[in-house]
Amino acid sequence: MYKLWVTIKKDCKILLRDRTGILLMFVMPIILVVVVTSIQNSTFQLIGKSKLPLLVCNKDTGQASLQLISAINRVGLLKVSPLPKNESPEDIKQAMKDKDAQLAIMIPADFSEREGAKAQNSANKSLKSFGLQPDSTRHKAFLPEPPFTLYFSPILQESLRFSVQGGLTSALQLVEGRETLRKLYYAINEKQLPPDLENEMLNTQSAIGMVSVSKTGGLGLPNTTQHNVPAWTIFAMFFIIMSLSASVVREKTSGSFIRLKTLPTNYNVGMLSKQITYLGVTLLQAMVIFSMGIYLFPLIGLPGLNLPSDLTALVIATVITGWCAVSYAIMVGVFATTQVQGNGFGAVSIVILSVMGGLMVPSFAMQGGLRTVSNLSPLHWSLQAYYDLFLLGGKLSDVFVNLIPLFIITLVFQLVIFFQLKRKNLI
Amino acid sequence: MSIEHIDFRYPGTDAALLSGLNLNIEKGESFGLFGPNGAGKTTLMNLMTGVLNPSVGEIRLLGHKMGTSSKKVNRLFGFVPQDFSFYRELSAMENLEFYGAWAGLDRKRTKKRTAELLSILGLEDVKDKEVGKFSGGMKRRVNLAIGVIHNPSVLFLDEPTVGVDVQTRHAIISYLKELNDNGTTLIYTSHQLTEAETLCRQMALIDSGKIIAEGTLEELSKKYKKKSLEELFISLTGKEFRD
Repeated sequence: MYKLWVTIKKDCKILLRDRTGILLMFVMPIILVVVVTSIQNSTFQLIGKSKLPLLVCNKDTGQASLQLISAINRVGLLKVSPLPKNESPEDIKQAMKDKDAQLAIMIPADFSEREGAKAQNSANKSLKSFGLQPDSTRHKAFLPEPPFTLYFSPILQESLRFSVQGGLTSALQLVEGRETLRKLYYAINEKQLPPDLENEMLNTQSAIGMVSVSKTGGLGLPNTTQHNVPAWTIFAMFFIIMSLSASVVREKTSGSFIRLKTLPTNYNVGMLSKQITYLGVTLLQAMVIFSMGIYLFPLIGLPGLNLPSDLTALVIATVITGWCAVSYAIMVGVFATTQVQGNGFGAVSIVILSVMGGLMVPSFAMQGGLRTVSNLSPLHWSLQAYYDLFLLGGKLSDVFVNLIPLFIITLVFQLVIFFQLKRKNLI
Repeated sequence: MSIEHIDFRYPGTDAALLSGLNLNIEKGESFGLFGPNGAGKTTLMNLMTGVLNPSVGEIRLLGHKMGTSSKKVNRLFGFVPQDFSFYRELSAMENLEFYGAWAGLDRKRTKKRTAELLSILGLEDVKDKEVGKFSGGMKRRVNLAIGVIHNPSVLFLDEPTVGVDVQTRHAIISYLKELNDNGTTLIYTSHQLTEAETLCRQMALIDSGKIIAEGTLEELSKKYKKKSLEELFISLTGKEFRD
């Protein structure tokens, strides 16, 4: 025990005197978590709270276009900014550039007339099917053309564009529905549809039932902090590879290793000491980053981190993740012959494992084959365990299914380390 | 120490670096191993200390076979490698405490020996300074102190005075003589032949992986009719560069 204690003390002292290593292990991940969470939070706010600006060039003089603009405003996704009536398509494109707007629509001059004809046509068909006499007035025939044109910037994400398209379609359907209803009512009753009835029929505003499918059944809505802090904590823990693999390589290639081999102590003591020391580092990293999420984030305008209700499960998941990160770093260090080799391979491999593990692209968005590959990344299992705890309110029994594969991967790393040290006659 | 018919080749090489080598060193001896660069001195030293294992043959130290998985024999000897073998980020005291524990000493004995060695080798005043910031001579003294922390019966020294000033060399050689007088067997390599003459009673010259001469300085001088070890060395190994 004394040998192990002295070795841990030695490793801690070397670690504390390596300022660059500490910077890489603590400061860099902290900056990363704050920056990524802030940027994603801004995007979430853009989509969730702020409205996207929409330039509207309304060439129409009728009521339908005004109703359409009013309906667009009510969708809640877009903020309408009017453009002059006489703008050409080129002028609209230029206005988008000048005003840094991602979206614009041009409502044609005959929009109300077209919508009126379309509504009359629909009403006539309905009356005919009811066995009533349709309106015999002949209306102008229109070619089937889109009711208005949406201009969008290619920068706009596809998912966001689909949301806007859905919102505009919904507003258009409301206008068309109203016109058809008015025509039908007039044809049957020969008087205008009363406004209170129109409102009752068109603006039912039935709320959709919402249930958060969490383990606890609570309605806690996920935010950027709950997503990012666990994910980047895992990344930071695995990023100790930069310091730990270098430490293993340095010891292996320096003169000190020759001496260690001639002493009556097995090098396994040295390996165990490194594992304990750096496991402590990973746990400290997690504590620092979680504390930042809880206490610092609200002070800088970011959503605060809510710790999972099952803290025992969180500690167990963090310890296994940390041990896996340490094992991976030592494995790379045992195989690498130079520090440059260890650091280069280590850093790139962690980024690849992060991508595979769903830290950068969600695993559920991956295609079949890639999803299977992601199971090979230890970061995937850590992330799933953390998401179960942080986002779904899971308990220890819920995350076992993720912790067992993570534990098995860790044991594989340990076996590889053992056999490589044995092969190199180092233990 | 007995070395019997050993061969050694590095993995991936065809030629054996050491071939059919035999050597016997008596307990309490002060033995010098000399030879030109690339002759195989450091390899032989690594084989004697169990860092490397011979391809063929057997090495025994105080009756224990070297290169087995048991590390009991490692308590019996100390090793002072040619390269600085310590942690540059730690102080002299921290290094000695760490290596003392790994050499099998308990906390109390480690502290006692650390204090003794820091005093003997003139490192007391700088015991808390990082070794990486030491001068070459001070580093050599730390390197030596670590090798003897556990009072070994046999001490292997691979060029222990390379790159040091006269004062440090004198201090190191005096200390080694003292150790030998107290019963420690010294097995030593160096290119400092004048220094070796004062320290070693028995010596062997190695060249191209073979022992080419062995005996006391007097015996060798008589046999080869040379006045000094340096003359003997040149006459037996030639004047050509070897590296």
